[in-house]
Amino acid sequence: MSLMTWIDDRFPLTKMWEEHVSKYYAPKNFNFWYFFGSLALLILVMQIVTGIFLTMHYKPDADLAFASVEYIMRDVPGGWLIRYMHSTGASAFFVVIYLHMFRALIYGSYKGPRELLWIFGMMIYLALMAEGFMGYLLPWGQMSFWGAQVIINLFGAIPFIGEDLSIWIRGDYVVSDATLNRFFALHVIALPFVIAGLVVAHILALHEVGSNNPDGVDIKKNKGADGLPLDGIPFHPYYTVKDLVGVCVFFLFFFGVIFFAPEMGGYFLEHANFVPADPLKTPEHIAPVWYFTPFYTVLRAINNPFGGVLAMFGAIGVLFFLPWIDRNPIKSWRYRSALHKLNIMVFAVVFIILGYLGIKPVSTLYSEIGQRLTLMYFIFFVVLWFYSSPRSQKTAMTTFIISVIVMLVIEFTGFGGLTETRKYALVGMLIPIAFLAFMLFAGNMFPRMGAEKVVPERVTH
Amino acid sequence: MNINKITMLLGVLLALLLAPVIGQSAGSSVALESHRLNLGEKSLQRGLKYFTNYCMGCHSASYSRYNRVAADLNLSEQQMLDNIIFTRGADGEKSKVGEKMMISMTEEYGKETFGVAPPDLSLTARSRGADWIYTYLKSFYLDETRPMGVNNTVFENVGMPHVLWPLQGWQKKAEHHDDDGHGGGSGFEQVSEGEMSAQEYDQVVTDITNFMVYLSEPAQAKRKSLGIKVMMFLFLFTGLAYLLKKEYWRDVH
Amino acid sequence: MSASLDNPSTPDEIVVDVQRRRFLTTATTVVGAAGAAALGVQFLGSMSPSARALAAGAPVEADISVIESGAQLTVEWRGKPVWIVNRTDEMLSTLGENDGLLKDPNCENDVQPAYARNEYRSIEAHKNYIVLVGICTHLGCSPAYVPDMSAGINPALKSGWECACHGSAFDIAGRVSSTSPAATNLIVPPYQYLNDTTVLIGDDGASA
Repeated sequence: MSLMTWIDDRFPLTKMWEEHVSKYYAPKNFNFWYFFGSLALLILVMQIVTGIFLTMHYKPDADLAFASVEYIMRDVPGGWLIRYMHSTGASAFFVVIYLHMFRALIYGSYKGPRELLWIFGMMIYLALMAEGFMGYLLPWGQMSFWGAQVIINLFGAIPFIGEDLSIWIRGDYVVSDATLNRFFALHVIALPFVIAGLVVAHILALHEVGSNNPDGVDIKKNKGADGLPLDGIPFHPYYTVKDLVGVCVFFLFFFGVIFFAPEMGGYFLEHANFVPADPLKTPEHIAPVWYFTPFYTVLRAINNPFGGVLAMFGAIGVLFFLPWIDRNPIKSWRYRSALHKLNIMVFAVVFIILGYLGIKPVSTLYSEIGQRLTLMYFIFFVVLWFYSSPRSQKTAMTTFIISVIVMLVIEFTGFGGLTETRKYALVGMLIPIAFLAFMLFAGNMFPRMGAEKVVPERVTH
Repeated sequence: MNINKITMLLGVLLALLLAPVIGQSAGSSVALESHRLNLGEKSLQRGLKYFTNYCMGCHSASYSRYNRVAADLNLSEQQMLDNIIFTRGADGEKSKVGEKMMISMTEEYGKETFGVAPPDLSLTARSRGADWIYTYLKSFYLDETRPMGVNNTVFENVGMPHVLWPLQGWQKKAEHHDDDGHGGGSGFEQVSEGEMSAQEYDQVVTDITNFMVYLSEPAQAKRKSLGIKVMMFLFLFTGLAYLLKKEYWRDVH
Repeated sequence: MSASLDNPSTPDEIVVDVQRRRFLTTATTVVGAAGAAALGVQFLGSMSPSARALAAGAPVEADISVIESGAQLTVEWRGKPVWIVNRTDEMLSTLGENDGLLKDPNCENDVQPAYARNEYRSIEAHKNYIVLVGICTHLGCSPAYVPDMSAGINPALKSGWECACHGSAFDIAGRVSSTSPAATNLIVPPYQYLNDTTVLIGDDGASA
């Protein structure tokens, strides 16, 4: 104890522990969806630790990289376990992050006063995508090489500066040793620092405003005589022990994959990546790793390369503005309209199908579906903005007309118009338009669809 | 509300379950025969023997070490030196037991002779799959238009000659699809008999494929056996953690 | 615990089974720590020599028939120089004279296998040939072979090795002089004779 006093006189250890753990009051009604924040932190730590040990054996050199990964898999004692933990960890990270983001979506955790918390989270997500992308080059297999080739060439689509920019990113005319070496530096040093810093900011912002919960009720509004929230419980021990169960269940899945399906059918480790990079020969089918594929489909939906890049970054960028697009003061979808629930469910399904299409080779049917679903992706935000605040019939009509005009413009410029090959176009066009119309007018036509419930004073169980 | 959640979860699960099934299809256009994987010691030892005798004339397995293979296949290093190691290093000395399974054929020579340098086979089972290897080795047929006089239905216009012909004999593409019991019955007709019956040859191909699956990930046996222990531990730990959680949460009402 | 909760929906008194709680906490901690330790062992184990290092450190053979009388052959074993010197009979006959000048004339320190713990510090059947790890036992420099030490730092030793780094001197049996900063004699690695002209360094048949 005297040691603690000695430290506390010099460093706020006890204070920090209390502020962030033992006296951080979290709502007592957290459910399944609230496991993923702590799991994401756990995975971050695991990725850093496994990464450090991999760095001890890996060689960031185009001539040596592929062999050094196999060296880890075969010659280094226990190296295969560390490598699989890292490769599976990358995919697990995105699984957990997507579920974490979905949680924020359904319970309105991005809304005031948590806008900045959401933005830090989005920045972490962006940094993670960069981290994953650069890490994927390091094994220097065929998929590493051609995946990087395609993604870097996206920057080449930017008018005027694109070509020079992509050469600058690669440090060469093709993806080469120079590219590998700098991606290694960014993957191992730069981005982990950025991510760790952002995670600290994310947690500090969370603990400043307090956690949201499935009811979207602010627990700080109901305090007892002692000044503590009536519906809050200290994070430690209650949520530490609860999250421990979450960690255990997560580990059952995580190590299940590592020990029994480390390639996960070619999704976590792609088959073609077991062939060393060959700049002269493209594999039959290139697909990004699964966690990029929803945005990859958006990219492919637009015929014009630069348009595709804009759409792709737009699809990610629009998420930053979610706190201002959604105007409704009610946070949780529990108390929001049936329309809102439907909108979110459709959005989730669209996102998953977009992801699936991104894995598949291009075909007429798939690219048609991809184009419609790309529109559906963006329509989510339009109708969310529309119904999240009381709007007149006139606004509905205006919104509908403007949206349809924009969609038609995209149809004929971005998607390439009604050509012979686009045989599903006419029917396909109707899907997003019908969905849009339904979402804009159903609230008025069927009042029950638009009806919201009363948010309780206190959290429910 | 709950229905929403359940549908959502089911959707995600379904997508995850279906994805691997659908994802496997990329690759060759010919239907592949399915290989029955058996990583038993005997089959792997036979596979190693065929591999070093027939494949390693031209193909290396350069990420693999002889002594690791010996240890995993329960062979002594002396057995390895006496019966398995035929390769020589750049210095002309016989490869040592701790060395990697390299060959002395240079890439240039390979290119000149076969059109493309014979690829390293360490990871072929992971990049192409076991079924592909199994079917490929059974699908060489006579084709006078090719430089080596053979072609392959799985790998069209392949540069590789039919190295296993003394065992399998020669086959040609059947004019009508008729299963005569030879060559796997997938549209081939036996032209001349080899040393082995069709069943014996299938066993050889099975052994080679098994060995190459082992070769692509030598740690896999260890991975699975360790995995079972880890899972048992995790179940135990999950149980404890759950009891602990329940105990503490009795406070929360 | 219950007091700090102050949850109005809870009854005034919660009976906490302190013993059960403590037991479960301890059990979870112990089992969890064991799991973490097992994983940690795997990770730390990855830093020990890999199959590549072990293969590179495999025993090496040397042909001793090429070494002229009085000359030294250096071979590499585990990345270190290993010396084989074909000592002249004269060199051997004067070894005893050095005893008074040495820190450990009788090889009491365990820096040689039992079969080399004799006055020649070599396998008796081939006593002229000495096999030594060519690394100074002081701080790891590689000493130089000096067949004639009369002009050197320790002329009384007649022949042996001198280390340029900190001036340690060793006699022709690899024994350290009492004036040297090095504390122990040069190390004799495990070795064996495969036949009269071939020595295998790194493997004496006893321990692989």
